[in-house]
Amino acid sequence: MGGLQKKKFERGSATNYITRNKARKKLQLSLPDFRRLCILKGIYPHEPKHKKKVNKGSTAPRTFYLLKDIRFLLHEPIVGKFRDYKVFVRKLKRAYGKTEWSAVERLRENKPTYKLDHIIKERYPTFIDALRDIDDSLCMCFLFSTFARTGKCHVQTIQLCRRLTVEWMNFVIASRALKKVFLSIKGIYYQAEVMGQLITWLVPYQFSHDHPTDVDYRVMATFTELYTTLLGFVNFRLYHSLNLVYPPKLDSKTESELKEEDEDDYAMNSESYLEKLSALSASLARVVSTAEEEEAELDQFPVEGEDIEKMEAREKEQKQQEIQKKLFEGLKFFLNREVPRESLAFVIRCFGGEVSWDKSVCIGSTYEVTDETITHQIVDRPNVDKQYINRYYIHPQWVYDCVNAKIVLPVEDYFLGVTLPPHLSPFVEEKEGDYVPPEKLKIMALQRGEKPAHEQEEEEEEEEEDGEGEDEEEEDDDNEEEDDEDEEAEEKNLKKLEEQRSQGKSLQVKVTAGKVKVENPARLEQEEKAEEKRLAIMMMKKKEKYLYDKIMFGKKRKVREANKLAAKRKAHDDAEKSKKKKMKK
Amino acid sequence: MEESCSRNMRSTEQREEAKKVRQKTAKKRSQEGEGEEQDEIFNFNKKPAEEEEEDEDLSDSEDSVYSGLEDSGSDSEDDEEEEKGSDEEEEENDDDDLKVERKHAEQEEEEEEEEEEGGVTEREEEKQEDEYKCDSSDEEDIRNTVGNIPMEWYKDFPHIGYDLDGKKIYKPIRNKDELDDFLDKMENPDYWRTVHDKQTGSDIVLSDEQVELVNRLQRGQFGDVNFNEYQPQVEFFSKDLMLHPVTNRPADKRSFIPSLIEKEKVSKLVHAIKMGWIKPRRQEDDSRGRYYDLWASEDSSILAKHRMHLPAPKIPLPGHHESYNPPPEYLFTDEERALWEQQDPSDRKFPFVPRTFSSLRQVPAFPRFIHERFERCLDLYLCPRQRKMRVNVNPEDLIPKLPKPKDLQPFPTTQSLVYRGHSSLVRSISVSPSGQWLASGSDDGSVRFWEVHSSRCLKTVQVGGAVKSVAWNPNPSVCLLAVALDSVVLILSPSLADRQVVSSSERLLSGQQEAEPTEGPGSVTWTEGEGEELTQGIHLKIQHPKAVHQVVWHAKGDYLASVMPDHSSHLQVFIHQVSRRRSQNPFRKNKGLVQCVSFHPVRPYFFVATQRAVRIYNLVKQEMTKKLQANSKWISSMAVHPGGDHVICGSYDCRLSWFDLDLSTKPYKMLRHHKKAVRGVAYHRLYPLFASASDDGSVIVCHGTVYNDLLQNPLIVPVKVLRGHTITHDLGVLDVTFHPTQPWIFSSGADATVRLFT
Repeated sequence: MGGLQKKKFERGSATNYITRNKARKKLQLSLPDFRRLCILKGIYPHEPKHKKKVNKGSTAPRTFYLLKDIRFLLHEPIVGKFRDYKVFVRKLKRAYGKTEWSAVERLRENKPTYKLDHIIKERYPTFIDALRDIDDSLCMCFLFSTFARTGKCHVQTIQLCRRLTVEWMNFVIASRALKKVFLSIKGIYYQAEVMGQLITWLVPYQFSHDHPTDVDYRVMATFTELYTTLLGFVNFRLYHSLNLVYPPKLDSKTESELKEEDEDDYAMNSESYLEKLSALSASLARVVSTAEEEEAELDQFPVEGEDIEKMEAREKEQKQQEIQKKLFEGLKFFLNREVPRESLAFVIRCFGGEVSWDKSVCIGSTYEVTDETITHQIVDRPNVDKQYINRYYIHPQWVYDCVNAKIVLPVEDYFLGVTLPPHLSPFVEEKEGDYVPPEKLKIMALQRGEKPAHEQEEEEEEEEEDGEGEDEEEEDDDNEEEDDEDEEAEEKNLKKLEEQRSQGKSLQVKVTAGKVKVENPARLEQEEKAEEKRLAIMMMKKKEKYLYDKIMFGKKRKVREANKLAAKRKAHDDAEKSKKKKMKK
Repeated sequence: MEESCSRNMRSTEQREEAKKVRQKTAKKRSQEGEGEEQDEIFNFNKKPAEEEEEDEDLSDSEDSVYSGLEDSGSDSEDDEEEEKGSDEEEEENDDDDLKVERKHAEQEEEEEEEEEEGGVTEREEEKQEDEYKCDSSDEEDIRNTVGNIPMEWYKDFPHIGYDLDGKKIYKPIRNKDELDDFLDKMENPDYWRTVHDKQTGSDIVLSDEQVELVNRLQRGQFGDVNFNEYQPQVEFFSKDLMLHPVTNRPADKRSFIPSLIEKEKVSKLVHAIKMGWIKPRRQEDDSRGRYYDLWASEDSSILAKHRMHLPAPKIPLPGHHESYNPPPEYLFTDEERALWEQQDPSDRKFPFVPRTFSSLRQVPAFPRFIHERFERCLDLYLCPRQRKMRVNVNPEDLIPKLPKPKDLQPFPTTQSLVYRGHSSLVRSISVSPSGQWLASGSDDGSVRFWEVHSSRCLKTVQVGGAVKSVAWNPNPSVCLLAVALDSVVLILSPSLADRQVVSSSERLLSGQQEAEPTEGPGSVTWTEGEGEELTQGIHLKIQHPKAVHQVVWHAKGDYLASVMPDHSSHLQVFIHQVSRRRSQNPFRKNKGLVQCVSFHPVRPYFFVATQRAVRIYNLVKQEMTKKLQANSKWISSMAVHPGGDHVICGSYDCRLSWFDLDLSTKPYKMLRHHKKAVRGVAYHRLYPLFASASDDGSVIVCHGTVYNDLLQNPLIVPVKVLRGHTITHDLGVLDVTFHPTQPWIFSSGADATVRLFT
């Protein structure tokens, strides 16, 4: 009936997608170059809704990119650079083959390079966008900065990563933006709030890496290339937002002090400067030297009704934050050589504490062990030979726990040779019904300002509470059972009666006195409601029922898990208690 | 050098002549400032030969060097002559030498030294000449002439070799054993420097000098104490401009002509530069590590405009499990650990095993750190991203808002009476139109009549076969019950009513006695009850060809339909007219296995439920008007609304479907309330209620309001789940029926009871 036959796969979703190979051919790039381009430009594959339609009827597994994305890549100037590089490599090979060393040298000098500034600008149009995405770059840079300077990647990259991470840490110290720290088995997690964005990064423990063989370092290097550029620009902007000099310079006062001491330790001046920066012990130079930054006071706006409450809440929060920022102010720490120096120095300085270490550990120590004004010495060994009376000897976990609890915790639990309390993740926010470990409850009580009663009392209380809870539960069970029993009994009676009736008139008819059935109106109402709900659930549509079941399943699973954890804890505590008792005996 | 080599071949005379000539050339060379240097080279060659410290006269000239050189290969006589000659020349050269020496004051010392050395060699050669007299060959021990052979060859002989005269040298009488050796070692102070000479078999005590020499050699030093191995080096080509050229060769022609090859090369380079193939050296670009304010002017980018772009999700934050010192409940028990190890890595809840360390010092490096980062990288550029709409629904909101059951009363809520008496499962029950009597048919072969209010069994009729179905005649003016068992349908008159009613019903049964027995294919035969049966109330027996499963009355009470399910024949349904004792088979074709049938309460319609569909026939026009698709696998039961516009079907696959005949042939609503097969369904005649009975032992009563307004759909609300029957042999409730006037419901079950819920 008229018209040309419509060809398949020439309209609709088939035209919106392009396979990876086709995209590669369209861009005239080799697969590694294409991969690098995708990484740099942030292009990722898309999963079409109807794979078969897009795949022209075939069901073979293929990677699809949006055609628009690929078109967008076509105009990227960096593609040209990639091609230049390809040509360069070819020429270089040729020159090598012909042993034309002058040509090799000349080519080497003209090795094509590219810059990623425009890509950063394009991917992160605003500064906030960049901050939002800086987590990965921080993790990567911190990882690369710990690599040994052999083999796996360029030394310059490692140095650059180290420089950028040191700059970042110095910024966090200067802005006092650190919020949470977590010692995990993987490394140390830090969370800082910069311009309203929560930024989390993970730093591995200071060990040399066992480089795995099944990891493609080229991919990692490409990411690092992008991330170092991003982090550099972000650092620049952040430093300027705080009126700090970029690249960072130490305060002139501290600089002169430092210079006297370790002039000869490092061969290169630049190197020693980075070391001094990475010691994190000195404050940074400012563009406009102000004595102290004035605290920006919140302006009072005339507000009404609910807003007042909100405002008050906000003010309260802000005050609390201010207090938290000055958590360690006035405290003087000394780090023993076995504790992770960089992490502790970073955390303590972020909260206003003074910190120093042995001169031989690292450059930049400000005072000696013998200093009488030291309040806390951080030690991670079972005992210390020479102890000073006027200071606490505590485990490093104390510092981290204080930061997470936002208060200065009592030091008793963290003394030398004491079994440490568990270290909890500050990132877990328990909702109602979730399992809360008892340690967290304790900390929460401390935060509220309640003084911890004597431990044993507490334990006893806990026991009592536990006992009560159980009793209640048992009572409930009993009630139910009783009810059931009542019903059953009734039924039995009825049955008997009926039997008597049906079996014949020969049996004497007997009237037994009825029991007064006590009805609990509240309970009845509850039951009624439950039944109503059950009936209503029966009337649900299939789809909704499925969803409802799924949600309820998830909820039940959560409860189950919480119960499991609680049971495990209880078993553990019981075992501990019995052990203690045995010990006493 | 060549000269010196060839010189040895010539005769002495020739040598003298040649020497003169050479000395002359040497003079010339020295004038050119080269002579000394050449000499120095020769001196170098001689250096190793010189020995012994010396304080000879310093006046020796350069020529003495020459003589020393000559001596190495010639006789002593020549030396003397040469010395003379050289002395002569020395005088001649004096002036020149002075000049040269002045010019190269620095080199003086070196030269002097060399001169000394020259003198040394001279004398030493004289010394060595004595040694050569004795033996010109290599340094061999002459005390024993066997030569340089392994001495164990003489092990078995009494002698050890031969002296110069050819006499045997006997081995020294060796009476030293280990003990002697040891004593010697202990007592002899020179034992350590005693060496056994294999060649002669004698022990030699080394002198102090020899020991010193051995020590020096062991230390890697020269044997001679006085030898200086770090003598200053004399440079042949130095930075200083010499008076005489090294070579006197005139410059080549080519050094004055521009090179063609170079020209070619240059032109190539020029061409390459012109063509832009070679670029000038690029300025060192150090802007890579230089940062500036990138976001000085903010604007939106292409990516931001790109609708499909999704920012990468962040890595989930760690929980208590990941702590280096987690609370004890977060650690794995042995079982959990075993489970974790068994699971596929993708199924695991955590990619790591929680561990605890007593102090921070003991925490090791995480072995999969680089892996995890790499995997994150892969996720970032290889994973398709999708926006997952997270269902954020309060589950309470999903529950439909229904009117409260309280507001929909009356409906049966509690079990009030149980009718016991049957000994086997009760398949069918029926209530009399007055609502006073209940009839039940059971597999124990009896039909019982109960009084509803008192649950007393008034009458039991043994019919001699499992009763499949019972049905009261709905006409209130007669009191009849139809009972289906095996292949017979019995019409009972239980005489449980007024005399008038009983008589009228008996009159109806005996009315048309003259029924034609020849009607139809003779498959159905009507016979009257006799004798014993009559006393029990069995008035009529309708014999069917096959087993009857169900009987139904028409609303007027004259017609009766019976069902004989059979796959293969069209003889599945019979409609009997009791007053005329006539039977007919309405269908000519087999449309499937008939499950149950029903009459329309007002209009002449007939409902036939087959396995999957319900067909509605117009009995007057004798045609099918509708076919309802039940959307279930196997229909078990059916009930028609007293209004006649709605039908419910129960099925063995747990469903109950409500059909609105005005709306569609598809079910208006499917209710999946039961867990097991639905066995019976029923409508209430007056109240908007319907019920379904199931094998799971429950009866579910629903409220089902039907509106007269065609646009308004029926309202269906489940109001009560009634439980009471116990499940026996996987069968629960088998039949259910409502009381004709009260909101009561009767149910019969496999536990041989009938129950009343009010």
